[in-house]
Amino acid sequence: MDFELMINSFPKLLNAAVITLKLLSVSLIIGLFIGLIFAILRLNKNIFINRFAYGYSYLFRGTPLLVQIFIIYFGLGQIEYLRSTFLWVILKEPYWCAIIAFALNTGAYTSEILRSAFQTIKPGIIEAGQSLGISSKIIFYKIQIPIAIRQSLPAYGNEIILMMKGTSLASTVTIMDLTGVAKYIISTTFKPIEVFIVAGGIYLFMTFVIHNVIKFLEKKYSFN
Amino acid sequence: MELLAFGDTGWGDELFRATLMTIAVSITAMIIGFSFAAIFTPLKLSKNKFLNLLANSYTTVIRGVPELLVIYLFFFGGTGAVMYVASIFGYNEYIEINAFVTGAFAIGIISGAYSTEVFRGAVQSIDKGQFEAANVLGLGKFGKFFKIILPQTLRLAIPNLSNVWQITLKDTSLISVTGLVEIMRQSYIAAGSTRDPLFFYSFAAVLYLLLTFLSMKLINRLEIKYNKGY
Repeated sequence: MDFELMINSFPKLLNAAVITLKLLSVSLIIGLFIGLIFAILRLNKNIFINRFAYGYSYLFRGTPLLVQIFIIYFGLGQIEYLRSTFLWVILKEPYWCAIIAFALNTGAYTSEILRSAFQTIKPGIIEAGQSLGISSKIIFYKIQIPIAIRQSLPAYGNEIILMMKGTSLASTVTIMDLTGVAKYIISTTFKPIEVFIVAGGIYLFMTFVIHNVIKFLEKKYSFN
Repeated sequence: MELLAFGDTGWGDELFRATLMTIAVSITAMIIGFSFAAIFTPLKLSKNKFLNLLANSYTTVIRGVPELLVIYLFFFGGTGAVMYVASIFGYNEYIEINAFVTGAFAIGIISGAYSTEVFRGAVQSIDKGQFEAANVLGLGKFGKFFKIILPQTLRLAIPNLSNVWQITLKDTSLISVTGLVEIMRQSYIAAGSTRDPLFFYSFAAVLYLLLTFLSMKLINRLEIKYNKGY
């Protein structure tokens, strides 16, 4: 055991963990919006809209995240037309490519979580709102969405942790996140176990914090 | 389309072989995962606090750390670990472990953590009466396990195990970083030499979709078969 290496690499890895957290939070925020929109589309009665939303979630849940990142980072740059538009400013940055891929990926999973939450809302609650003369728009925003968010908290907590692990793939498109820096230190020192313990410990700590925050929120917004 | 031709002119046969490789790694990893689950599920359910802690740390660490980091640990650390063990037995030559073994093992350990949780849940959801009935019938420990508990566990575990299979299948794409030529690595090579990444990565996505779709169909059949009596 090379304890000196472990101590020396700790601040470097901690700095890299900040990048991991940035990637995670930005993609989660965008992904939540995408997920909410597609969950609503899934509940639409129009079969085309419905199928479209289902296709999106099937596509992103059925393929590995790595393929999605590579298509966006390496693939989209190949289209000449895209290179001439303003989108190229975003797509030439590996950072934004990774975020787009993460957001679309977590959006697909989130839409499934929210859809099943919407579907488990008891019809009696909506009927109660209607009999009080509340408009269906307000029923949706003030009753259905808050209940759905509460219902989906446990599953969404899992999704956050999965996404945090997913951000490690950003290292494959040259971003120096926690895994990227860990790999760099491993390949220069050939001490994989020491680096794994430190980097893995930081990841575990983040998992632990996320897990407990979600647990706290679950308790705070419980129905009883 | 000519990019996908079989033979020397296209990448069809290479990608076909790569797909078989992905399937082979996934199945091997799944089997390794099952062996890990077979060891750790009883530990998780045991009343011994120490054994409990051991099993819990396995599942917690593996499920809380990115797959890619675990793969790097095996890729860079595997050779060293094997050579260390060999040196205890007096063998000091350089040992090269091939990418298939490293990859299947890394993914297998990850898949094993998920399988352990699935089996634990399945055993715990078996009705208590079943255990008691087995005792009343005077079945021995083995008879109780193999005739009563295991068949019911399998039935209850199949839906969740199909999720584990999907995760495992998708995780194998990460082994491409170690150089094993599976779908992702082959697409990377093809994209590099034809300068057509969009086509090859999209095709890789289609291959993965096909694999997940077909395996879902198979597992659904299995589920129906095992649910016959219910």
